[in-house]
Amino acid sequence: MTTLHGATAATGDSGRAQIVAFLIMTGLLIAAPAVIYPIFLMKALCFALFACAFNLLLGFGGLVSFGHAAFLGTAGYVSAHAAKEWGLPPELAILGGTAAATLLGLVFGLIAIRRQGIYFAMVTLALSQMVYFYCLQAPFTGGEDGIQAVPRGMMFGFIDLRQTMTLYAVVLTIFLGAFLLIYRTIHSPFGQVLKAIRENEPRAISLGYRVDHYKLLAFVLSAAISGLAGATKSLVFQLATLTDVHWSMSGEVVLMTLLGGLGTIFGPVVGAFVIVAMQNYLAQFGAWVTIIQGAIFVICVLLFRRGIIGELGRVLKKAL
Amino acid sequence: MVDSEIILQTDGLTKEFKGFVAVKEVALKVRRGTIHALIGPNGAGKTTCFNLLTKFLPPTAGHIHYKGAEITRAAPADIARMGLVRSFQISAVFGHLNALENVRVALQRRLATSFQFWKSERTLDQLNGRAEELLAAVGLQDFRDYLAIELPYGRKRALEIATTLALDPEMLLLDEPTAGMGHEDVGRIAQLIKKVAKDRTVLMVEHNLSVVADLSDRITVLARGEIIAEGSYAEVSRDPQVRQAYMGSTDVEAGHG
Repeated sequence: MTTLHGATAATGDSGRAQIVAFLIMTGLLIAAPAVIYPIFLMKALCFALFACAFNLLLGFGGLVSFGHAAFLGTAGYVSAHAAKEWGLPPELAILGGTAAATLLGLVFGLIAIRRQGIYFAMVTLALSQMVYFYCLQAPFTGGEDGIQAVPRGMMFGFIDLRQTMTLYAVVLTIFLGAFLLIYRTIHSPFGQVLKAIRENEPRAISLGYRVDHYKLLAFVLSAAISGLAGATKSLVFQLATLTDVHWSMSGEVVLMTLLGGLGTIFGPVVGAFVIVAMQNYLAQFGAWVTIIQGAIFVICVLLFRRGIIGELGRVLKKAL
Repeated sequence: MVDSEIILQTDGLTKEFKGFVAVKEVALKVRRGTIHALIGPNGAGKTTCFNLLTKFLPPTAGHIHYKGAEITRAAPADIARMGLVRSFQISAVFGHLNALENVRVALQRRLATSFQFWKSERTLDQLNGRAEELLAAVGLQDFRDYLAIELPYGRKRALEIATTLALDPEMLLLDEPTAGMGHEDVGRIAQLIKKVAKDRTVLMVEHNLSVVADLSDRITVLARGEIIAEGSYAEVSRDPQVRQAYMGSTDVEAGHG
């Protein structure tokens, strides 16, 4: 997958460019609800976080997972169930959903991590299909109906999430916090080793690194953040459904990441916004949305392999 | 039981691939502090042998001892931690990391912070001085900010050696260190190997026989997976079996791989 990386030379001023880009992104997201429907923005933010988590694994760890929907969906079910049936406050519901996805990630990781490339991808796909069929049959998920009318409640006892703008502020905070955590992970001692493994796994082994442990940690982190996205999403929509555990969701996150720019910092965010916007505004075309998405994917792979942000970074000669 | 002069020893080392015997009962002894070369015509099993020694392949039969300890079933990363570090036939650098980061990745394992994803990578800056020294030792001081992928081939190999040296290994296994290099680079790498071998043991697979003649204290010749001769360059180059094995593939006297 190395050839698809959007990363260009890690020159000194890329750091500054990334700070500027982060400030612009934050500014836009704070101002956005004034002109754009906030529920749409929150949906896009949840998917952006999901795509960032996926990008951490693929873009920086070189691991292709086709089973990430399992983490998004499971966390959604668990937090919806916790909020509705157990009456937990939203912060604990989100925490519970995230913890469930983290554990599930650990199980997936332990089983899949010894396999390479396409075999790794297939094992994750198979495991996520098992999760899907479990969610379809299990009584607490509500089967085809899902879990509906999930209460948003009061966060920490005083933040009223029933107010849309308050909810937006909370979702934005969660998004930015997790985004910064991913950024730090990429630029940490762990991130350095992870990138080395992505670049040349046998060499990393020959330097004495037990690469499976690093891959497993990357996988669990990615699953945890995917879970955070899923848990947040279920509170925003007050709904947890089979859509989020379906394999097509695992495919969608690949599309978002590649469209925005694999291995870039901001690419997955842009990719997620583009895809969510398309689904929203092209909804009138019905089934054609899938075909339009497919066409865009083909064009992306053929014409700008680095993705939107990857190509932008190349033009600006900065790693974004 | 094990001679302390011998740093690496194999007995009856064998590797079969579905009925094909790539390496057959190889008994190799590498003396501490020497440069030992493993040569042989194409398909002789040199690289397989190398992969067995560094645990990248499990042997079908036989034993490997390193510094008196049995490592036959050890994991490849653990071998590296014991001070036995290998290089690869195709230059093994971390392409999208710069030269400094390449060397630093090898240095940072000792900090024991490599799982800390919440720490800033600036905590690694304390290693930059040592990394720059290592880059300078292989003549790469002016290339520290270049991505490894942008370096010409000979420089990539030099970077690889600097990265290997960062681990301060007791023993180096070099898989064709001069493969695919121009004449000028070959000379530079040979000098470098001589320099780094001063207080280390080196086992290398090499095709370029002039490099082998120039550097090696001892040479083992493999053909069809078996050892056919062992000794100094003068000794093995006189051996009729060796001359026959090389006939038609490489001219021993010409000295070019």
